[in-house]
Amino acid sequence: MKLRSGAIASSEDFRRNRDGHLAALQVVQEAAEAAALGGGEKSRDRHLSRGKLLPRDRVAGLLDPGSPFLELGATAAHDMYGNAAPCAGIITGIGRVQGREVMVVCNDATVKGGTYYPMTVKKHLRAQEVAEENHLPCVYLVDSGGANLPNQDEVFPDRDHFGRIFYNQARMSAKGIPQIAVVMGSCTAGGAYVPAMSDVTIIVKEQGTIFLAGPPLVKAATGEVVSAEDLGGGDVHTRLSGVADYLAEDDAHALALARRAVGSLGFAPHVSHLQLQSPEEPAYDPDEIIGVVPADLRTPYDIREVIARMVDGSRFDEFKPRFGETLVTGFAHVMGMPVGIVANNGVLFSEAAQKGAHFVELCSQRRIPLVFLQNITGFMVGRKYENEGIARHGAKMVTAVASTNVPKITMLVGGSFGAGNYGMAGRAYSPRFLWTWPNSRISVMGGEQAAGVLATVKRDGIERTGGSWSAEEEADFKRPTIEMFERQSHPLYASARLWDDGVIDPRKSREVLALSLRAALNAPIEETRFGVFRM
Amino acid sequence: MFDKILIANRGEIACRVIESARALGVKTVAVYSDADAASRHVAMADEAVHIGGPAPADSYLRGNAIIDVAKATGAQGIHPGYGFLSENPDFVEAVEAAGLVFIGPTAKAIRAMGLKDAAKALMEKAGVPVVPGYHGEDQADAVLSEAADQIGYPVLIKAVAGGGGKGMRLVEAPGDFADALASARGEAKTAFGNPAVLVEKFVEKPRHIEVQVFGDGTRAVHLFERDCSLQRRHQKVIEEAPAPGMTQEMREAMGQAAVRAAEAIGYKGAGTVEFIVDGSNGLRPDGFWFMEMNTRLQVEHPVTEAITGVDLVEWQLRVASGEALPAAQEDLTITGHAFEARLYAEDVPAGFLPATGRLAHLAFPDGARADTGVRSGDVISPHYDPMIAKVITHGPTRDIALKRLSQALGQTQVAGTVTNLAFLGALAGHEGFAKGDVDTGLIGRDIDALARAPQTGGEDIAWAGMVALGLDAVPQGLGGFTLWDGLTRSVTLRHGADDLTLHITSKGAEHRIAVGEHEVIATYLNGWQLNGKAAPAFHRDGDDITLFTGYGHAFTRIDPLDRAADGGAGGNLIEAPMPGLVKSMLAAVGQQVTAGMRLAVLEAMKMEHALTAPRDGVVAEVLVADGAQVEAGAPLIRLEE
Repeated sequence: MKLRSGAIASSEDFRRNRDGHLAALQVVQEAAEAAALGGGEKSRDRHLSRGKLLPRDRVAGLLDPGSPFLELGATAAHDMYGNAAPCAGIITGIGRVQGREVMVVCNDATVKGGTYYPMTVKKHLRAQEVAEENHLPCVYLVDSGGANLPNQDEVFPDRDHFGRIFYNQARMSAKGIPQIAVVMGSCTAGGAYVPAMSDVTIIVKEQGTIFLAGPPLVKAATGEVVSAEDLGGGDVHTRLSGVADYLAEDDAHALALARRAVGSLGFAPHVSHLQLQSPEEPAYDPDEIIGVVPADLRTPYDIREVIARMVDGSRFDEFKPRFGETLVTGFAHVMGMPVGIVANNGVLFSEAAQKGAHFVELCSQRRIPLVFLQNITGFMVGRKYENEGIARHGAKMVTAVASTNVPKITMLVGGSFGAGNYGMAGRAYSPRFLWTWPNSRISVMGGEQAAGVLATVKRDGIERTGGSWSAEEEADFKRPTIEMFERQSHPLYASARLWDDGVIDPRKSREVLALSLRAALNAPIEETRFGVFRM
Repeated sequence: MFDKILIANRGEIACRVIESARALGVKTVAVYSDADAASRHVAMADEAVHIGGPAPADSYLRGNAIIDVAKATGAQGIHPGYGFLSENPDFVEAVEAAGLVFIGPTAKAIRAMGLKDAAKALMEKAGVPVVPGYHGEDQADAVLSEAADQIGYPVLIKAVAGGGGKGMRLVEAPGDFADALASARGEAKTAFGNPAVLVEKFVEKPRHIEVQVFGDGTRAVHLFERDCSLQRRHQKVIEEAPAPGMTQEMREAMGQAAVRAAEAIGYKGAGTVEFIVDGSNGLRPDGFWFMEMNTRLQVEHPVTEAITGVDLVEWQLRVASGEALPAAQEDLTITGHAFEARLYAEDVPAGFLPATGRLAHLAFPDGARADTGVRSGDVISPHYDPMIAKVITHGPTRDIALKRLSQALGQTQVAGTVTNLAFLGALAGHEGFAKGDVDTGLIGRDIDALARAPQTGGEDIAWAGMVALGLDAVPQGLGGFTLWDGLTRSVTLRHGADDLTLHITSKGAEHRIAVGEHEVIATYLNGWQLNGKAAPAFHRDGDDITLFTGYGHAFTRIDPLDRAADGGAGGNLIEAPMPGLVKSMLAAVGQQVTAGMRLAVLEAMKMEHALTAPRDGVVAEVLVADGAQVEAGAPLIRLEE
């Protein structure tokens, strides 16, 4: 049951893999560090000069000392909007407050006054979705000027736009998921509803403001001249309007009050039915992951080398090991929590898909969370496979993955191409969390293949009209497609658009999985009813 | 031997007596005041009886009440400890009149030593050297000058009515005597209206050396000397036995003198004969003089016990119950060297002010004897002497015993009150003291260096910050996890008069702590390390943290929640909370008001509502008068900005 690694840490391959992964990681790390700084130095200084804490320090001050912080979308909006919205101007993530896991949503006023770009809205909604699915109380650290006006068409009108934030608040509150807001800056227009829709609201004296229209708009509309503080400051809202409940002296005091409010929630988090064990380190060092996994996606390797560096004691109860071998399935524990693992070990064949469906059914029956380790070029193609009904078998796996109610956590450890993405719980299949590695790539198919398809169509056209197409011409034709796929399949490109919850250091996979699972276990695991399986 | 005794005392000495009594199979009765109901000596005794209020006059000095308790509980003897009733001859007589045994000397012996001048005369007669001097009534110049010659220079001329150094002159040589006498007399006359003076031997570099004696009423033995020269304003701080630099010849001379003193008054039990010793040129058999005799067990008796192996309380009980002296002089020997340091709850940098407080934590290291009357959780009350413990160490040589003392003081852990631990530690490390170069002026000369508050290092402050945040635990697998850079949190600690704000950046199990300009890295390797140094032990009591390093550093975490933003504090206007009648306007323009003060009374809905000042300030305007009918929200009073 204990996995045996064939890797040799001193080998040339190991070193080369490591170098490749570290180079890929470096790019992501730089992007994450730049995003963490938020707005430019000048706007940070201005923020500090007002006696405000920087947003990340606010998050730190809210969380328990020593709490982990599982940030979501750490490189959101990377390379978008001319890089005007680092981190999408909002910090989201899961941390512990008074010993219980909460979702923190914190505006960054150093980024365009904390206004909502399209990605800001998407990131805020994603955080709420995670909170709702996993029953995590929400704490909103609000400091935002509302919608980013030049982008209003992409943030205001649609279903998953600004209004959805308040819809979610009301729905979550109705489900008993606490909503707490701390107003630490402006809360203008639509933004005013974040505190107003919260169960408990704290506002910082002479700093936080809540109003539907700010002084300039009031003046334009009615001619009334009024200061921000008199219009909707902390004193007004805690004494006269009742929009806020507690008045704080400053940021530190406000965060302490928010911590107290979480402490007063008065109900215990859901106790999982799962039989937990004492956490145990893997027998193989998780840091070796970047040495055992080839840096080049095209080089096959045994996914068990990765599993051995993720799970407790490197112990893996492999299910159906001799059938459909390109899909590895089995049971293990991650930091004491039982999981069912579904991992690619090559292209998916019919047997592998059937085995995957079987295993997902098994875990659903036992209500064991699922972990998907994606490294998939797709389902096998060709006459033999189509004729034996690989689409039917693939559909079984997709049906199982789509229907199951157990928490799914997906990690892209390599390629994520085509229908393989569906069967392996891609974003469309609502995994509770989806993390990617810096070496991973995601696209409908490989760039070479896509360019090849387009070139074949074109060559057929040219040759049908008797023309000829030189190899150089074909290469020139294919290059832009290949380049486009290369750019768009990069994990930073994907993560910027929140197709996932973040790019992570592969060496931290075990911790990320554990924190994701721990968050997921806050909600009860419901019974599953599967759709019709095409037998 | 007694079956049961009563201990008419409290604190460490009561505990000390109970221990020896129990070892002899003697049951003990404790008495206690209201303040001591939950104290250690009460818990240790077989029985405990309440005898009154916290003030000593209402409890521990109530001799008759204590005797009644002894009779009621069937105690056969009363051990007085030290202080309180221990040297009160009337009490001794009352105890004996009640048919009980007083574990100590007779009333007569106590009286004989009680009056200092009479005691000196008595001792002179018994052949015990006293400080040479002329105390005669003949104040003729020639008589005084001749007396000075007889005494031997240097001499001190002192005003008979004197005090505070007025009318006192040090005379080094006979040629200076006449002038010094004239000016001393002049000063004495001005200051006290009495020009009479006395002449005394001036003892250079005086040392306080005392001899432990033990008598059975006729015979006495001595248990060698103790040196108590380390004093601050006549309060002993560190005592030791034997005295550094003591010679066999001098020890015999002093011992014999002390035994003569004890036998001269038919002394029974444990007593101490105190001498002043000239330490200016080494110890010489002709350089010691009787000062006084303490007719009780001394606080510092444990150093004698350490070097002789004798349990002095056991001897007290045995001799009081009628046994002969447990050992003859020739059976008594000295083994090694011992020190005792007196640990007090006192604020040394503030001028040794006695302190109080709850001892949130108290622990002594192995390898040292700690005589204490308090435990963790006990309170140092203002009613009694704030002694926490006596820390006693023993070693084969003075050097080793002193090093052990130093070590023991460094490892003593006290939280919840300030202590003189750092002062004791500084003293134990004093160069002159280490060399045995002691005299009663040592502490006074070096007081600034000795009493200085110890410095706190950046590592200690950083560690206190971690403790304040609860980051001192063994790091857990996911503790402090972040995907990329760590988060930075701040914490403010009060340390002495300073508020220190620390910024702690946590990345997994590693913390980078910015303390002002200082950066400290905390890592975990079989325990927390700060810049590679093991983190000190600590005690945390709510927001109060004591680090047990550098003799204890106290910090208090400032809780951001303690700063309440008062909703009304920002407002300058006092408004009517509802429509009503202004029943009485109490505020007047220019009036200084404090938060909560009644400024007006509003009658509404059949109730009278007091309107109070929301903050401290000055009334700027009174906007309505008595009898005015006002609407809700009507401004009534405005305070100055």
